[in-house]
This record gives sequence, structure tokens and C-alpha cells, in this order.
Amino acid sequence: MSTSRDDAPPSGTSASPPARRDQPVRRAGRRRRREDLAWRWGSRVAAALPLAGLGAVLVVLAIKAWPAIVVNGWGFVSRSQWLPGNTYGGVVHTHGVAHPQGSLYGAWPLIAGTLETSLIAVVIAVPLALGTAFALTERLPSWIARPLGFLVEILAGLPSVVIGLWGVLEVGPFLARHVYPLVANHVPNVGPLRFLTGSVGYGEGLATSGLVLGLMIVPIIASTTRDLFLQVPALPKEGGEALGLTGAEVARRVTIPWVRGGIVGATVLGLGRALGETMAVAMISGSVLGKVSPNLYGTMTTIAATIVSQLDSAATDGTGFAVATLAEAGLILAVIALVVNLAARRIVAHTGRLTAPVGRG
Amino acid sequence: MAVVDPVYGSTRRRRAADLAFRAGTMTALALVVAPALWLVVGVVARAVPHWRWNVLTTLSAGTSGGLENAVAGTLVLMAGVALLAGSTGVLTGVYLAELAGPRRSGRPGGGWARGAIDVLAGFPSIVLGYVGYVALCVALHWGFSLLAALLILSLMVVPYIAKSTESALRQVPTNYREGAEALGMSQGYALRRVVLRSALPGIVTGLLIALSVAGGETAPLLYTAGATNNLPTWSLLHQPVAYLTYYVWTDYNQPTSAAHVVSNDAALILVAMVLTMLVAARLVVSRTQRHAESAR
Repeated sequence: MSTSRDDAPPSGTSASPPARRDQPVRRAGRRRRREDLAWRWGSRVAAALPLAGLGAVLVVLAIKAWPAIVVNGWGFVSRSQWLPGNTYGGVVHTHGVAHPQGSLYGAWPLIAGTLETSLIAVVIAVPLALGTAFALTERLPSWIARPLGFLVEILAGLPSVVIGLWGVLEVGPFLARHVYPLVANHVPNVGPLRFLTGSVGYGEGLATSGLVLGLMIVPIIASTTRDLFLQVPALPKEGGEALGLTGAEVARRVTIPWVRGGIVGATVLGLGRALGETMAVAMISGSVLGKVSPNLYGTMTTIAATIVSQLDSAATDGTGFAVATLAEAGLILAVIALVVNLAARRIVAHTGRLTAPVGRG
Repeated sequence: MAVVDPVYGSTRRRRAADLAFRAGTMTALALVVAPALWLVVGVVARAVPHWRWNVLTTLSAGTSGGLENAVAGTLVLMAGVALLAGSTGVLTGVYLAELAGPRRSGRPGGGWARGAIDVLAGFPSIVLGYVGYVALCVALHWGFSLLAALLILSLMVVPYIAKSTESALRQVPTNYREGAEALGMSQGYALRRVVLRSALPGIVTGLLIALSVAGGETAPLLYTAGATNNLPTWSLLHQPVAYLTYYVWTDYNQPTSAAHVVSNDAALILVAMVLTMLVAARLVVSRTQRHAESAR
């Protein structure tokens, strides 16, 4: 790529005065065409790389998971055991796949844990994010909204191990001492509410993981929602106020309907992030394999947290079956994340047309 | 004659609802801001009492010692990601915004590339790390290595860079392109001298944010970069690379207090790094907004 300072084509080095007029132009034309081609092909190749990488990842995952899929069967998604078997003992073959004697894997606790924590996170995060976005765009003067908005941005950028460290050292113990007992002791022990009662543990587990995950996805939803709110033109809102609507009614009947599709899309993106979040949950969940938490506060684990905490010891399985099983778990997680993301795309593309601003204010 | 819309209740109830709404938004803001402050202050408060500047100049000794190797390794990883994911991501963004022609339906083109980026952006990072481990480190016999870590990390952050580049390019007024074309510039030349130049602040901002994400990642690195007490070497293969997040993750639940100090120090350095990058990104944005020619 040329670094010549100005628009002029490279001045001819040996051009005599008459030739000077058109020779550099022709040469520049060739070079420009070459530059056009370089841009076109360079960007085309670059754009193909993420696709190639994603394809390679999915292929590797599928190949690696195949033996585990064959042996574990459909029971994998409904069983709760996580038994590596006797890795120093005999090797048995099932459907031609070698695995340690006595190994039996079930991913139900991981799947349930992934879904439960993500559900808690989304339920917590959506109202908080909407309220935050409203406060930052409509309520507060900019001298205070700006630093607070930056703080929310920082929250989005903090490494998840740092958030996990805070969760396990400070949030978990605090909640287990001061908050969970209040809930667990005052909720009646009937019906589905029974889930909220019982032993509150030490703060590592489902509730703390869900709450911290919720805080982690708030910035994702809030920043998108804030940008969307800023795009809502002033005229309809002012029109609403001129008709005598209160601020809450303008929000409910003008602002939110205007950008509803975008909010749903941002929420689903946040959900995708919560499903795949690894380190924070691995630190806060208690990482207990093989059982679903009996109540809201119990220790548990998720698919992502299991992969990160078990891959080390899985590598000691000489038959490679434990590693293959983790690939199967990863494949399930990838499929869930994929479905969620495609749904987000569909929702945003679909409602994006419906809620397109009609007349810009 | 006049029909009162039954949807709206009495004035008093409406006023109460409005008050509740205001209180609700402020409460929500407080419930987000307070934990965020607690988090940042907590990191600082845990690290500062035991902070010694020589952690930056001492090599790690497992669960004690300093973090020089980790800081250097993280910087090397970030530089590598800037190079690898930066070039790929910016070019992908250029393709999506400028060169993939719109489809007949009027929707933006480059469907496949766009789909891959959207899927990758939501792909669980630990699964990428797992694939890096089984495919690159084990099957290709690269071992724990810089290249494996860089490839996986880049695959993870390319979507951020591509997306921010695309949206920065889309904010460049069409007038600029038309003006460039009217002056007889070729597309590539106009792209380089006019369009990319005015989109540069947005691109740099996206790059900075992607780098801060890369520097704070753990899951894709644990099984690709490995761990070492040594400074990073220039070898791309077979040499593990140390990085900061590893020490936060492995040392926080070790029995010794020296390990806790290492973990807390690593967390503080990470937060300081992220803050620096975000402030830098902010400065880029505000500086260029002041000089922006268009109002937006």
C-alpha cells in the first residue's frame, strides 16, 4: 500500500516533459486497479476466516463427541451420574468404543444448572437493565448520567474471573449471612415456594451464581437499550406528554413499544452470554457434579463450568472417553447457544421491520 | 359526548404509578451501580494492603512470588490478538460494510460472513478453548503454545472488531463516498484515503474494547496457553505462556496467604488494565466527536 502524502500519482522518475502528462496517469490507473483488487480479495478472504474457524470448531467438536454420543446414548441428557469409572482398571468396549470400566455419564445436572442460572440471570437483569437505561437517558442530568454510564460500561468490561473472585469472596458470604436466611425463613413451605426454603449453605451455589450472572449481563442489555431509547424521536414522546400522559405512561405506551424488538434481541443476547459464561460460575457455583440443587441456594454446576474444571482430570482417562464426554457436553452447550442466537437474529430482524421509526422527529 | 378513555384510571392513581415508575428506575440504577462500585472497590481493597510494586518485576514461583511473567504474557497475547484479530476483523468489517453488495431484497449483503460472526459472538468461550486444546495442542502436537492461544483468542474477539468496524464505516456519510467518486477516486483508494480515515476513531475504539476483552479472558486460555513461571519466549509453538487471569483463578482457593496475595494482585492489575483501555477508548471517542464535521 502506498504511503505517498497526497492524491497525486507517483511522480514519474524519468519522465520527459511531454510524457509526463499521461504516463503516470496510466501507471496510477493500473496501481489503483491493483489496489481495488487487493481490497476486494483481502477483505473477502478475511471475511471467510471466521466462517472457516467456526466450521472447523464445529467439525472438531462433532468428531470428538461422536464416541461419547454412541456410548452415552439419549440417557446422557436425563441421567444425573458423573462417574469416570476406574481409570486404572479394565477397559471395556461398548459399540466398539473403549471406555473405562464402570464409567457412566449423565449431563442432566449440568443442563439444568445452565438453564436455571441463566433464567435467574435474565429475570434479574431485564428489569434492572431497563430501569438503568431509563434513568440514564430520560431521568438524570448528563453530568451524573455520564459517569454512571461509564461505570456500567466498566462492569461490562471487567474480566469474568475478577467478577467470580468478588462473587465467591464477598457476595456469596454476604448473601448467605444476611439475605438468604431472610427469604428462606419467611417464605411459606408450600408448593413451588418450597424451592426457596431449606438450607441456605455458605453462599456458593445456584442463587449466588444466578445473581452474579444477572449483574454481568445487565450492561449488555442496558447499553443496547440505552442506545435504542436515544433513537426514539422526541416528537412522539412530546406528543404523549402534550396529551397529558405521565412519564410512566409515555415510557409504557411510546418509548418501549417503539424499540420492543431491540429490547427482546438484547435480552436474548444477554441470555446467550449467561448460558456460556464459564469462569464466574465455575468459581461461585460450588462445582458439584452429579446432582441437581435441591433448593435455590444449593451447590451445583453448569456445562461450561464443568468443562473448565474437569478437562484437566478428564485428560488422565487413557481411553480418551472422559474428554469425548466433555465434547458431547460442549456440543449440547453450543447447540443451545446457537439456537438462542439464531432466535435473537430472527426476532431482531422480524420486529426490526415492524418497529422501524416511521417519521424521524 | 366526550368519551374518557377507560384505559386511564383516576389522576391520583396515575400520579402514584408515575411516582412508582420513577422510584423503580432509580432503584434499578442503584442496584446496578452499587454492586459495580462494591466490585471495583473490593478488588482494590483486597489488593492494596499487601501491594508491593515488585510483583511487576518478580517472576512467579507457582503460588507465590510475583507476576512479571503474567503481565508480560498478557501483553504479548494482546499484541498478538491486535495483529491477528485486528487485521482479520477490520477487513471483515470493510467487507460487510463496503464490498458485500446489498442483496436483491435490499437487506445488507455478506449473509454467510455475517451469520458466522453473529454465531461466533455468542459462542461459549470454553468450547472454543476445548477445541483449541484437543485440535491444536493435542492433535497437531503444538502443546501449550502462544499460537494456539492466539488463534483461539482471535477467533473469539474477531466478531467484536468486525461489528464495530462495520458500524463505524456505516456512520461515514454517503456524501464522502460520493464526493470521492466524483473526484475520480477508485473504490479502494477512496476507502483508504477517505472512508477508513473518517471511520478510524470508531475502529480504534472497537479494537481497544476487543483487546481489553482478550486481556481479561481465562476460559479459552487455560487449556491452550498453559501455565509457566517464565517470561514469554519468541517461539510460537511448544512454549506455554503465562497470563494474569490464570493466577486469579488458580491462586484464590490455595491454602497459603501468599497465594491469595498473588490472586488479588493479579485481579487489581487486570482491573487497572481494563480501566486504562476503556478510558483510552472514551478519549478517542470524545476527541473525535469534538472535531466531527457532522453533528452525529
